[in-house]
Amino acid sequence: MVTMNSEQSACRRKPGENSDIVGSPDRYNRDNQINQCNNQNGQEVDKSPSSPTYHITASCAEDTPNYLVYQKMEAIVEKMSDEVTGVPVKTVKNFMTKTPSVFTGTDLISWMMKTMAIDDQEALHVAHLMASHGYFFPIDDHCLTVKNDNTFYRFQTPYFWPSNCWEPENTDYAVYLCKRTMQNKTRLELADYEAENLAKLQKMFSRKWEFIFMQAEAQSKVDKKRDKLERKVLDSQERAFWDVYRPMPGCVNTTEMDIKKACRTYKPISKLSKQLDMTSTDIPSHSESFLMSSVESLNKEIEILKARLDRSNIKVSKVSEALIAYFEQYIEYDPFFVQPELTNPWISDNSEMWEQEKLAKEISTRRVKRWGFSLQELLQDPVGREQFIRFLDKEFSGENLKFWEAVQELKALPQKEVQSKVNEIWNEYLGPDASCPINVDCQSYELTKKHLQKPDRWCFDITAAHVYHLMKSDSYSRYLRSEMYKDFLNGSKKKTSVKGIRSIVSFSGRRDTATS
Amino acid sequence: MDSATESEHIEKLIKEAESLKIKLEDERQKLNDITLASVADRLETITCINVKPRRILKGHQAKVLCSDWSPDKRHIVSSSQDGKMIIWDAFTTNKEHALTMPTIWVMACAYAPSGTLVACGGLDNKVTVYPLSQEDDVSTRKKTVATHTSYMSCCVFPNSDQQILTGSGDSTCALWDVESGQLLQSFLGHSSDVMSIDLAPSETGNTFVSGSCDKMVLIWDMRTGQCVQSFEGHQSDVNSVKFHPGGDAVATGSDDATCRLFDLRADREIAVYAKESIIFGANAVDLSVSGRLLFAGYNDYTVNIWDTLKCQRVAFLYGHENRVSCLRVSPDGTALSTGSWDSTLRVWA
Repeated sequence: MVTMNSEQSACRRKPGENSDIVGSPDRYNRDNQINQCNNQNGQEVDKSPSSPTYHITASCAEDTPNYLVYQKMEAIVEKMSDEVTGVPVKTVKNFMTKTPSVFTGTDLISWMMKTMAIDDQEALHVAHLMASHGYFFPIDDHCLTVKNDNTFYRFQTPYFWPSNCWEPENTDYAVYLCKRTMQNKTRLELADYEAENLAKLQKMFSRKWEFIFMQAEAQSKVDKKRDKLERKVLDSQERAFWDVYRPMPGCVNTTEMDIKKACRTYKPISKLSKQLDMTSTDIPSHSESFLMSSVESLNKEIEILKARLDRSNIKVSKVSEALIAYFEQYIEYDPFFVQPELTNPWISDNSEMWEQEKLAKEISTRRVKRWGFSLQELLQDPVGREQFIRFLDKEFSGENLKFWEAVQELKALPQKEVQSKVNEIWNEYLGPDASCPINVDCQSYELTKKHLQKPDRWCFDITAAHVYHLMKSDSYSRYLRSEMYKDFLNGSKKKTSVKGIRSIVSFSGRRDTATS
Repeated sequence: MDSATESEHIEKLIKEAESLKIKLEDERQKLNDITLASVADRLETITCINVKPRRILKGHQAKVLCSDWSPDKRHIVSSSQDGKMIIWDAFTTNKEHALTMPTIWVMACAYAPSGTLVACGGLDNKVTVYPLSQEDDVSTRKKTVATHTSYMSCCVFPNSDQQILTGSGDSTCALWDVESGQLLQSFLGHSSDVMSIDLAPSETGNTFVSGSCDKMVLIWDMRTGQCVQSFEGHQSDVNSVKFHPGGDAVATGSDDATCRLFDLRADREIAVYAKESIIFGANAVDLSVSGRLLFAGYNDYTVNIWDTLKCQRVAFLYGHENRVSCLRVSPDGTALSTGSWDSTLRVWA
């Protein structure tokens, strides 16, 4: 039997739950800690020989993601194993043999469907996940899955639950496999992959194989003294444990950790929690600098809170309406709801839709309509942008868009070209001898001038926002009312038949009113 | 200042902060006049969702950890724990490039807006860019742009091939100049690893959102490097953040097995997408073009599709045989790509 990695986590269990553990957990020395799970990135944990049994691994700290999942699954298992309301567990008697403490897949699935209010497909899925973590297991299959039939399953003892932070070593595994070869029983025979593993381990631990063999022998002797039915259960539970931690080839190893999470678990406690500690415990007087920094962080926190209080926010009812309005406006452009005008390439295996877009020969009403949603939509479409430029030229106000686009370009430049572009924009649009002057209020003009002393890629941003607002409220709304846009909308309408389009939504900035 | 008055001062500050918090909560409660789901009650229930697997991309030898769509709507870049980055023509399922990475732990990859450049990085703490071309060996032209003090967990090009925005295990985000490798702006505010970032879809593209293991979701101003808004609510690591296409809300996925919607205008959480039978954490989220559908990839091997407005699950997609690690809606919204620890990528439509 394998020993527990952390006694602390064992203590977390209710005392009664450990009652079915046979044999004391610390029977064997835990030399040679191999930290399977957390050693992936070469970080070593404390392996001092003085504290091997109190080896707490990061993967079982209570706030880690895995722990949350284990907690939820264990809550379900506890409900399942309730004697009255749980899954019916029975001892099945056959002609010659007795199979103790089992339940059928059908009983399990129907219990889950009823208790969790889910369909059979989902119940089967959740059951499979729980089995693959070893909470229950098929009594004679290494593959930890669940079928909705009369296959027998058994609950794992809480001692072997993954929340106990098992990180069993290869020596433990060797002892276990070795032990099974000693017991002359068909149900304990090694599977092919297990025999291979044993051979590998024997090679790996050749120098201390004698020791492993002795341990196996001792365990085997203890096992033999047990009641026959009890042994059947224990053997299967131990086997299921190893099926989780040394899964059969082809089965998912559920003990693998996300690499990002594995990296993160070794970080020292964050600053934030330190700060929170301050509120609950007496303030230590020894560290002056620590006090200073906490005053600083508190002041900062207060500042942030005040800023948040000052923010003017919108009611949830209004926000909800805005989100619904957005959906209603965009539903016909969402391929998951409405078929694209040409078929969806992924469904029809026909890439015509993408090729058509590139050609831009025929502009559909659907597309033109979208220009009316917002200035952003108009400018995003190359054809729309071209149209708008032509319109502005007619109005002699093309410089606004040119300026705004130049500022967007500036933001996208490599750092070394920023300085010259800043000068260029200034000279062209804002400077005293600007070749293409734009109209800005004096406030943003002065601000921009100030920014220019330390020019960066964002120094025209405020002016650009001002200009954009002007375009949106002035030129853009005039464009939407213009014959030019209406002709385009009607002209293109004749060319393409449009399926599934709802009544045309009002053009003028519906989105803008919805979001402002 | 002696320590007695100092500690008094601190106590005063703590009290002030507490009272502000209470006030803020009051204010927020006032605005919480109705739930999103009840407003959306008038909408018809979604019944017509028929998403099926359309392509399977096989070629990686180990867990797929990240993927991104090309702006051309049919190519995908993916990175895997086998140390390879593959450029796929997802439409034909052909591999166009297979690049061997400097580290086998490539956690993140991204396509540049031009479609001619990809970036990747991971446990090497670096971001490396690879210009794509048919002529010569792509990896000879690679270039290291950025270096964090911990792993690089996510990256995105902010509307330009010339800059890259990264998130890292060192709990910072940073904006870099691709050509010079110069740090343009760093973003300090998270107290734990940054897991995910996403750009606001606004015309100016000055803000982005980040999600972190400190359970927080923060909105940043790229120009000043300041955090302008923050959202709490998740009970565990925030693994994925994604702006609503309208730009005024953010969808998130977390290890607490929930997805949530936070609205910037209301300055609060407005929806939680959760179900008793969903036990495992969500790794990746994305939204459909209209913002009505939320796709979320989970550690339980499935993708759940949520109705964001009515706050119900409308479908779930089986297919992957291990955790779903990444998920993206294609740029034109016609398809959904998923990557998994089962070493495959799938395209659904």
